[in-house]
Amino acid sequence: MADFPERPSAWGGLAVLLDTPQKRYAAIAVILVAMAVAPYVFGSYGTVILTNALLYVLLALGLNIVVGYAGLLDLGFAAFFAVGAYTVGITTLHFGLNFWLALPLAILLAIIAGIVIGAPTLRLRSDYLAIVTLGFGEIVRITARNLRETGGASGLIGIDSPWLFGWHIRTPLDFYYVFCVLAILGVIASVRLANSRLGRAWLYVRHDEDAAEAMGINRVKVKLAAYVVGAIYGSIGGAFFAANLGAISPESFSFRQSVLILMAVILGGMGKIPGVILGAFIVILAPELLRDFGDLRLLIFAVGLLLIMLFRPSGIWPARSKSR
Amino acid sequence: MTLLELKGVSLSFAGSKVLDAVDFDVPAGRIVSLIGPNGAGKTSLFNCITGFYKPQQGSIRFDGTEMLKLKPHRVTQLGIARTFQNVRLFREMTVLENVMSGMHCRTSSGVIDAILRLPLQRREEAEIRAVAEECLSFVGITGGWDREATTLPYGWQRRVEIARALATKPRLLLLDEPAAGLTSGEKEDLIGLIRRIRNERDICVLLIEHDTGLVMRLSERISVLDHGVMIAEGTPKEIQANQRVIEAYLGVEEDAFDL
Amino acid sequence: MSIFDIFTNQLLNGIVLGSFYALVALGYTMVFGVVKLLNFAHGELYMVGGFAGFLVLSFLAPYVGPGWFGVAVSMVLAMIAVGFLGVVIERVAYAPMLSAPRLSILITALAVSLVLQNGMLTLTKGQYVPFGASLGFGGVRIDNFFISYNQMVLVGVAAVLMLALELFVSRTQYGRAMRAISVDKDMARLMGINVNAVIAITFFLGSALAAAAGTMAGAYYGSLWYFMGFLIGLKAFTAAVIGGIGSIPGAMLGGLILGLLESFGTQLPGVGSEWKDVFSFSVLILVLVFKPTGLLGKPEQERM
Repeated sequence: MADFPERPSAWGGLAVLLDTPQKRYAAIAVILVAMAVAPYVFGSYGTVILTNALLYVLLALGLNIVVGYAGLLDLGFAAFFAVGAYTVGITTLHFGLNFWLALPLAILLAIIAGIVIGAPTLRLRSDYLAIVTLGFGEIVRITARNLRETGGASGLIGIDSPWLFGWHIRTPLDFYYVFCVLAILGVIASVRLANSRLGRAWLYVRHDEDAAEAMGINRVKVKLAAYVVGAIYGSIGGAFFAANLGAISPESFSFRQSVLILMAVILGGMGKIPGVILGAFIVILAPELLRDFGDLRLLIFAVGLLLIMLFRPSGIWPARSKSR
Repeated sequence: MTLLELKGVSLSFAGSKVLDAVDFDVPAGRIVSLIGPNGAGKTSLFNCITGFYKPQQGSIRFDGTEMLKLKPHRVTQLGIARTFQNVRLFREMTVLENVMSGMHCRTSSGVIDAILRLPLQRREEAEIRAVAEECLSFVGITGGWDREATTLPYGWQRRVEIARALATKPRLLLLDEPAAGLTSGEKEDLIGLIRRIRNERDICVLLIEHDTGLVMRLSERISVLDHGVMIAEGTPKEIQANQRVIEAYLGVEEDAFDL
Repeated sequence: MSIFDIFTNQLLNGIVLGSFYALVALGYTMVFGVVKLLNFAHGELYMVGGFAGFLVLSFLAPYVGPGWFGVAVSMVLAMIAVGFLGVVIERVAYAPMLSAPRLSILITALAVSLVLQNGMLTLTKGQYVPFGASLGFGGVRIDNFFISYNQMVLVGVAAVLMLALELFVSRTQYGRAMRAISVDKDMARLMGINVNAVIAITFFLGSALAAAAGTMAGAYYGSLWYFMGFLIGLKAFTAAVIGGIGSIPGAMLGGLILGLLESFGTQLPGVGSEWKDVFSFSVLILVLVFKPTGLLGKPEQERM
């Protein structure tokens, strides 16, 4: 047998339709072409929405590793999003640092934050962990709101847009393509992680922590790896978010934000990449479609989440059946 | 040579003493059984050895290394593997994936290796798979590796669990009631398997078991635990003739009638 | 104002605040004891309780007046209503999930909390809603120390409720059953205890207490907000953890301690009121990391 078993197949339920490599490559090609021409089909407003959706795809993929693979309920994911955004904001605004240097710094800070918060808390039982992560998210948001350096409640404005080899990444169209690339890289990284030794370890720990320990797996280290990888995704998203918008405020990093990202992960199908992508699009597009409902939108999401948990916890994306 | 040495191990839970100053040796390369009436503390002793319970007193040395304070995954890394009383295979994962978990502690590729598909990762993946397949073949499972592990019949699941433990490349294998729920034919196979594990792989085996016939046939050495106290140790013949052991078992049976 | 005055005033503040935290923390701790679940939606029950009290009062005010008597009547009715709501939530959302993986039930609890929160957001359009009680401003003054009648009533009512709960748990059959279930649910069932009924009663009581706190908060602070349950939920959880999750006296003690910590904490140099929440969350994280069993809690049972 030449192939390694794919675990889980990145296509989820579609794997049944796309059963040959040729079909899969064709599907990938179609998707890439669709992504390339989408701005011209949907116009400038549509492009902005799609860019948002792609940002959410990236963030949701990151949270998916924490929640969907490792099974850790993280309710404060927006904190890493904030770390990325504010690091870029502060270093480019106050210190004139080039975006491409600020980016690795943001990632590094997110890794440190992930380790500092995760190391002592990831051994807690899951209920406690959820609340601790929530608390941490709030701490970050309130700190950002209170400190002068982070611009206080009004946040930071006037963040420069980056240059890349002579290309000034400035317009919504430019950022759309940047986020396309980020989302694609995010998907590739997620797939490779899922099919690796670490990806399997996350599943072992998630399904039976004690048995996993008995097999020699250091469950805290494995959980920490998931948490930190998630943090990296979050901070990359945050960094580009800040560069894109040019202005950030603490309210973008609230519990509500963490919940929206979590909904993206769960609604589409927790743990499955196409499900997560679908979820991200649902979370971003639905408010546009449900515009008339105003405040009712959040309620609809919440009810949807509850119904999914009660009746179809595997999410909207078709689940792959087990027998092969 | 003594591979595993317990001295004065005492364990209490919420005031009640589960293990009382237990001294216990496992010589290298032997098949040793731990028996005793229900509730004697046998699984608790296993849990102490593997690091899931922390005894309040005593010392546990494995090949000279003190293990009392170690976390369970470290104990496994040092070379002690176990199976569980109630089979605990990973749900929603295939037979092969279950066994592959054993190789986690013998490999090291991480996040970067995975994302960039570095050579280390490719090599390790091949090795993990090869070892897992070999362990499965060794226990007699030559196909159906892609089936979800928990859909297998009970006897086969027990074998997968053993294969999984073998994949950690242990020097000491702890089996917790491996014969429970097996047919007599499966029990014969089990005896053969345990002997092969010791003979072909040079792995020392320690088992908890209630099937006294199996224990007497298989073991080279038997230790008897009753109410947390080690009351006898010796060859099967010696144990069968031991007065205290007979009383411990008879005593339990008498109480059983009173219920 | 002397140090002594500041001290006594903050002490009073702390006790008042602590009373709210304790009432809500009790619900957390009791539910955790019997179903080993942190009911995420519990904070929202406090919020719903406040709104329920407001609704009842607005109907009944012509008959019972908007003073403390009116508030008390509204509170009792709100407690009953929200108590039942708690039971409904347990039956509909939690009971079916008890055998599912842990993560699923946590997310379900989160979903329930979001439904309640956003439901109220939709109903109130996010506005602050004045509670509508007229409680007066009278009180007792000793030199620079002032304690209002409202504060006295509040702390008194909270104390009475907590005492009633403690008596119920320690003296009655249901209380004994609650404790038996929290030690070993399967054994309790084998001994003939109607586990489902006891769980329902637990949810009822916990939710009722949260509703009482919510109504009193509405009356005392004067207004209600759809988001008020979120913060209270976190603080009450912190209080329950400080006191030892699963322990009823622990929840009361934890509530008091947290209230005092917050009051005195904001007097520390550099820690103004905008850092109050960060202070509380940091306490939470520190307690969970260093002493997760809290002050009065029982050590976690060994697994396996």
